[in-house]
Parts: sequence; C-alpha cells; structure tokens
Amino acid sequence: MLTLASNLGAARSQMAFTLGFHIILASLGVALPAMMLIANYRGLRRDDPDALLLARRWSKAVAVTFAVGAVTGTVLSFEFGLLWPGFTGRFGSVFGVLFAIEGIFFFLEAIFITVYIFGWKYLSPWAHFWAGVPVVITGLGGAFSVVAVNSWMNQPQGFSPTSGAVASVDPWKVIFNPAVPYEVPHMILAAYLVTGFLLAGIYATGMLRGRRDRVHRLGLLIPLTVACIATPIQFAVGDTAARAIAHDQPIKFAGMECVQQTSTHVTEYIFGRCTSNGVEGGIGIPGFDSFLVGWSTSTQVTGLDSVPPDDRPPANTMLHWAFDAMVGICSVLILLGLWLGIGWWRKRDFPQSRWFLRAVAVSGVAAVIALECGWIVTEVGRQPWIVYNVMRTSDAVTQANGIWITFGLIVGLYAALGATLIISLRAMSRRWRQDGREPDDVPYGPESGPIPGTPT
Amino acid sequence: MSEADAVAGVLLVGATMYAVFGGADFGAGLWSLLAGGGDSGRRPRALIDWAIGPVWEANHVWLIFTLVVLWTGFSTAFASIFSTLFIPLSLAALGIVLRGSGFAFQHTARRARGRALAVRFFGLASVLTPFFMGTVVGAIAGERVPVGNETGDLVTSWLNPLSLVLGALFVVTGAYLSAVFLVSEARRAGTPDLERYFVKRALGAALAAGTLAVAGLIVLHRDARFVFDSLEGDALPLVIVSFASGLAVLFLLHRGIRRGARVLAVVAVVAVIWAWGVAQHPYLLPQVLTIDAAAAPGNTLTAVLIVFGIALVVVVPALALLFTLVQRNFVEETERPAYEGRTAGIGPSGG
Ligand code: HDD
Ligand code: HEM
Ligand code: HEM
Repeated sequence: MLTLASNLGAARSQMAFTLGFHIILASLGVALPAMMLIANYRGLRRDDPDALLLARRWSKAVAVTFAVGAVTGTVLSFEFGLLWPGFTGRFGSVFGVLFAIEGIFFFLEAIFITVYIFGWKYLSPWAHFWAGVPVVITGLGGAFSVVAVNSWMNQPQGFSPTSGAVASVDPWKVIFNPAVPYEVPHMILAAYLVTGFLLAGIYATGMLRGRRDRVHRLGLLIPLTVACIATPIQFAVGDTAARAIAHDQPIKFAGMECVQQTSTHVTEYIFGRCTSNGVEGGIGIPGFDSFLVGWSTSTQVTGLDSVPPDDRPPANTMLHWAFDAMVGICSVLILLGLWLGIGWWRKRDFPQSRWFLRAVAVSGVAAVIALECGWIVTEVGRQPWIVYNVMRTSDAVTQANGIWITFGLIVGLYAALGATLIISLRAMSRRWRQDGREPDDVPYGPESGPIPGTPT
Repeated sequence: MSEADAVAGVLLVGATMYAVFGGADFGAGLWSLLAGGGDSGRRPRALIDWAIGPVWEANHVWLIFTLVVLWTGFSTAFASIFSTLFIPLSLAALGIVLRGSGFAFQHTARRARGRALAVRFFGLASVLTPFFMGTVVGAIAGERVPVGNETGDLVTSWLNPLSLVLGALFVVTGAYLSAVFLVSEARRAGTPDLERYFVKRALGAALAAGTLAVAGLIVLHRDARFVFDSLEGDALPLVIVSFASGLAVLFLLHRGIRRGARVLAVVAVVAVIWAWGVAQHPYLLPQVLTIDAAAAPGNTLTAVLIVFGIALVVVVPALALLFTLVQRNFVEETERPAYEGRTAGIGPSGG
C-alpha cells in the first residue's frame, strides 16, 4: 500500500512535470506560426524587407521549438500507458478518437511546417506564404483535440456503463462535452498570449539594451498587438469558465475559492491561507464570491463539506493561490494593453518609456506563470478524480515500480533540454545580430543562398 | 472480416510505416554514429543530414499514430503492454527525447564540441530506441505479456533471447533500409563516392540482417511456437517474398544496378512485418488476447476507421507533396554535400 501510494505520488509528479514542460512548447507551436505569417504577409504586401526578415528568423525558431515540442509530446503519449494503464485501459476507447483526430492535425502540421521552413529559398513568395497557412489551422485543430480530452476528463459523458468496462461509446458526446466551449478557447487564447508576450518581451529587452532599430520595433509591435487584443477576451472566457465550474464541478470551485460550508453571501478572498475554518489572512470582499457565481450575493455556493473528506481536492491553499495568480496576471496584462492602446491613440506609436519596455520584457514570463497556474487549477482541482466522479486517480496508476527513477531521469533530461533550447535560441539571435543582414538572411532574393546544384 | 480486424489492419499499417520510415531514420542515425569523427565522417554525415533533415519529423508521427490506434482500438492490450514492459518502453521514450534533441540541436550548436555531443546523442539514441522497441515485439510474440496492470514479469518479459535477437534485428534492419535509401540520396546529390560508400554498407547490413533473421527463426521455434508455426503455415508466402526481395536487393547492389533496389528493400521489410501480423492472427497478444476480445465498442471502431479514411485522403497527398518537393530539391535544410572526387573525403577504399 505504501509503495503504491508513493507510486501514485511519483506518477502524478512526473505527469505534471512533463505536461507543464510540453505546454509551453505547445503554446509556441500553436501561436508562433501565426506571428510568423503575419510578418510574412506584411512583408509581401507592403514590400517590407524588415518584416520578411522577422518572418524568416521566427521560422527558424519555430523549427527548433517544434522539434522539441514533438519530442516532449511523444513522451506524453508513452506516459498514457507507462503511468496510467488503468485509465487508458478502461477509457482509451472513449477519449482515444480525439487523439486519432489530433494525429491528422499533427501530421499535416509537421508536413507543412517543413515545407514552409525549408522552402524559403526555392518556392515562390506567395506559394511559400500559403504553405504556412495550414500550419496555423492545424495548430488550432490539434489544440482543440487534445484539450477536448482534458475537458472530457472534467465533464465525462458519452459512454456507458459508468462503472466497469465500457460497453458503448457515443463519440459526438465525447468530443463535444460541456467543458469544451470554455476550456478550448481559453487554452488557445492562452497560447497566443504566452507567445505574443514572450516574443515581444525579447525585443523589448533588446531595445532596453539600446537596439532601437526598425526590426526591433516591428518585432515588438506585431506580437504585442496580437497578445493585447487576446487578453481582455481571455478575461471574459476565464470568467465564464469559473462560473461554469461553480455549477458543473462545484468541489473544484470550492477548493480553489476555499469555501468550507455550503452557504450564501460567501466572501471572496484574494490570497490568504486556506484552513478548515476558512481563509486566514488575505483580502476579503464580503458576498462577492456569491455575486461572481450568480450575479447576486444571495447565490448559494457549494462548500467542501458537501462531500466526504476523501473526495476533496488536496492542497487548497496552492489551488487558491494558483487561481488568484492567474486572474491577477490577466488583469495586469490588460492594463499593459491599455497603456499600449493609449500610447497608440495619442502618438500613433507605442510608449517609448523605459518602464513600458520593462513591463513588456517581463510580460512573457508572467503569461507563462498564468498558464501553469491555470493547469494547476484544472488538474489538481479535479483530484482525487482522474475522470471526474467516475474514476479515481489511484485506480488509474500503474503497478510497475520505479517511477521515481524515471521521474528523476526525466527531470535531469528536461533540465538539460530546456537549458540547451534557451542557449541555442539565444545563440541564434546573437548570430543574427553579429552577422547583420547577410544575403542569406534576406528571403526571396535572387542572391539568397547558393544556386541549386553549385558545389559550395 | 470483422470491424475489429479492420482496425487491427490499420494498426499494422501504422506499424509498417513506422518500421519503414522511422526505421530508416534510426538507421541513418546509426550510420552517422559509425561514420566516425573528424574529416572522414563529415561528408557521409552531411549527406545524412541533408537527406533526412526535412522528413524526420513526419517519419516519427507514425509512432504516435500507432500508439493512438492501439489505445483507442484495443485499450486492454495497450495497458497490458505498457505496464508489463515498463522498462524497455521507458528507455525507448528516453531514447526518443535524446534523439530528437540531438537532431534539433546539432545544427544550432555553435561550438564544435557541442555539435559533436549532439551528434553522439543522436547516434546512440538511434540505436537504443529501435533496440528496445524490438525487445517489446519479442515479448509480445513470446507470449510474455499477460492481460492486466503489470501482471507480467518486469524484467524477464523482455530480457530473454527472443527479445534480444529481435532488438538487434530491428537495429540492423533500419540500418539496411537506410543504407539503401542513402545510396539513392547520394545519387540525387551527385556524389558517386558516397554512393559507393553506402552500397558497401547496405551489403554489410543486409548480410547481418539475414543472419539475425535466421537466428530469430531458431529462437522463435524454441520460444514462440505459436507464431513460428503460423510463419510456416499461412504466412509462408510472405516470408518467401521477403527473403526473395532481400536476395534481389543484394544482387542488384552488388551488380551496381541502382534501379529498383529501394522498392525491393522496402518490400522485403514490409513482407516480414505483414508475415508477423498474419502469423499472430486472430491474436493481438498471441495465445493470450484475441483481437475481438480486446476490441473497443463498435462506435469507437467505426470512428477510428472513419478517421483513418480521412487521414488517407488528406495526409497521403500532403506527404506525397512533401516527398516530391524534397526529391526535386525545393525543400532543403542543410547544404547538399559536394562531390569531392577521389582526392578528398572518402574514396572507394576509405571509411
Ligand atoms: C495566459 C494564460 C492565462 C490567463 C491570463 C488566464 N488563464 Fe485561466 N487558464 C489558463 C490560462 C490562463 C490555462 C492554463 O490555459 C487553463 C488550464 C485549463 C484550460 O483550459 O486553461 C486555465 C484554466 C482556468 C480555469 C479552470 C478551468 C477548468 O478547470 O476546467 C478557470 C476557472 C480559469 N482559467 C479562469 C480564468 C480567469 C477568471 C482569468 C482571468 C481573469 C484567467 N483564467 C486568465
Ligand atoms: C497541457 C497542459 C497540462 C498541464 C500543465 C497539466 C498539469 C497536470 C498536473 C499539475 C497534474 C497533476 C495533478 C496532481 O498532482 O494532483 C496532471 C495530471 C494529469 N493530467 Fe494534466 N495537465 C495538462 C493537460 C492535460 C491534458 C490535455 C490531459 C489529457 C489529455 C491531461 C491528463 C492528465 C492525467 C492523465 C493526469 C494524471 C492524473 C491526475 O493526477 O489527475 N492533462 N496534469
Ligand atoms: C493543452 C494541451 C496541449 C496542447 C495545446 C498541445 C499542442 C501541441 C502542439 C501544437 C504540438 C506540435 C509541436 C509543437 O508545435 O511544439 C504538440 C506536439 C505533440 N503533443 Fe501536445 N499538446 C497538448 C498536450 C498534449 C498531451 C496531453 C499529449 C498526450 C498525449 C500530447 C501529445 C503530443 C504529441 C504526441 C505531439 C507530437 C506530435 C508530432 O510529432 O508532431 N500533447 N502538442
């Protein structure tokens, strides 16, 4: 029993770690091609060599992050069997169809990304641009398929019976489960937010170091604009998600808001420590939690006391902080967008102050933190269930021993991988800076690169 | 044929594609490792990079595809295999991480030492991953995977003669396929010296694969009677096709005829995989779990077949487009290796 308990702990830690790593690369994989195409389009339409240069550079970054994303994604597929044979063995036939659909999207994505990235030299400019468009679409499709599986874990339906071996499946009900309408858009927006702010942050850092050329300005402006448009939408979608959860997964909501007893006029706490007597510390707003759930302070909110202790999520303080951090970061990012909007409205340009650049420089990291916090809310908040109210995580885990060993290996390997990724992306950008704009960097030019067939 | 059989067929198609494309990819990694450091290894490696750079990503999606069809269509089999064979599959996954990152970073690494390290990782993982996959197939064929959550032996299930021979066979088969492909690639690049270099290696790998295949049959006879007997029965024609095509490739390469060698090499490998599939029928795990018993509910099977149909319609043309662009040199990642004649690099006697 003891080894099993620690096996469960190890398996959850490994799953959380590998997913938390993959999701950053996956976000880049979803949204970076879009940024690249926007720059490409601008470059072609307005005959803007700086924009083309950016598109070309970003496509090189996509090549590296996509490869690492594919590798970490493959590990996740293995983990469905290595860590959770009970889950996949029982429900693989239910949620698997979504992954099969995802397979098509990934295939097309991998193919067209290759054509785009390696086709700069020899494809005609517009044919090359159009080769990139499927990448953006398949990125969205892939995100839909995977996140829909997670939504299904939160709101399982479309199979019967609900205990024992699954005998019949309704794929439509599985695919379009009730959590899809908010989880999928929320994740896709998160991907655009993370990518946009990270990319803009890199150019803001460059400008803070004195590199204020046009390439840097454009490299900041394109992704920042996209991200700032997405942020308020994300706020609205997240708010919808929270209200839906209060209704559909009330115990998760109680865990993240630390509501102990089912009651009305529930106080909303910002941060604070979660105890069995309610929140200690933190800033309390009386009645506001009830108001957020049902637009009225007399709305009843389900508390943790409505289920036995065994059915409550662990680590409520962490859940609560993760949720508050996500909301807080989103709000601050909205303010950043307002700052940009006002600057643009007054001067037709982004604010030139160092404080603005500093804020943009850290916004990417903030968005990544919000992303990870969101997943902690979703996944830890669902515990002890792997499939909400249907299957416990402890019944899903493998009986094979030795997960602490694989977990240790993976942490070591991923640490090296992450470090190498960052180092090589930085080396790439340093190389671009030093080389200036050598012929090879200007796409579509007749002089770009060696002529086919000539030995170099 | 039942719907479950059809999905098992889809599974076999995925496994076949992975064995051919992924296998050749792994083989290229092995050659890259064996090419050695320094100047003599530079040109064959440049050819390998140039040849697989644009396609390696697509080659590996076949693995994901196979895994997903297995867990969707036959969840019980998936769970049983992955829990009992936890060790070799974990090692294969680690190999995939090392390999992918090695490949991704060998071009971005600036310093020679970092690049050499990435190349080394790429090469080593290219050997380890197919080896462990082979041991998994050996465990399944040898009836060492019972149904359930880790009900088989964690160690002896895959650490046994049959698994080890199959592991080695997987590595060598990949090397063989890849050498045959690289002969054609060397022609496309216009480098006759590299063409000769890989002809030699293709012949060597073919002989090794033949030897291991015979060894495999002997162990199979002792260890996995069910599969062996059907290989001698229903699957015999496929086994014969495989041997015949393998011999024909040897003949063609030896005679310096390049036409058709690539196709026949693929036929040899495909035939052996389908022979295995036929030999296992009607079992997914021989004598343990039948295809029908493991199959998902009907709606799921239908959905998998529909998705597969859509995949055929959209993915195959896209793949064809990719390979055509690559073959016509519209899409390339690294520089094509130049022909340096007999004066430098690897001469006919070098390597
Ligand atoms: C850049 C990232 C980001 C930002 C700024 C926000 N979120 Fe979020 N949130 C995510 C990134 C994210 C996520 C990581 O993408 C999650 C995890 C699961 C999901 O679908 O999205 C998530 C999940 C998630 C959940 C749990 C969904 C579930 O369990 O099914 C709720 C209730 C919210 N969010 C609410 C909000 C609110 C009210 C926000 C703003 C005011 C907000 N999020 C901003
Ligand atoms: C991509 C971003 C995701 C992140 C960062 C993430 C994070 C996590 C975390 C933190 C846990 C551990 C829960 C705990 O410790 O209590 C976990 C568990 C798990 N997640 Fe997710 N998750 C993500 C998406 C998904 C998706 C899309 C799926 C399914 C398709 C999924 C399936 C699982 C499974 C099977 C477990 C193990 C069981 C459990 O502890 O709940 N996750 N994940
Ligand atoms: C919210 C969660 C997720 C999103 C949005 C997402 C998205 C992506 C994207 C865009 C890629 C392409 C590679 C890249 O661009 O970096 C990718 C790769 C991959 N992901 Fe994830 N992913 C998520 C979670 C998962 C989970 C839970 C699995 C587990 C099965 C998974 C399996 C894979 C696989 C197998 C690949 C490699 C496909 C290939 O070779 O092209 N992903 N993912």
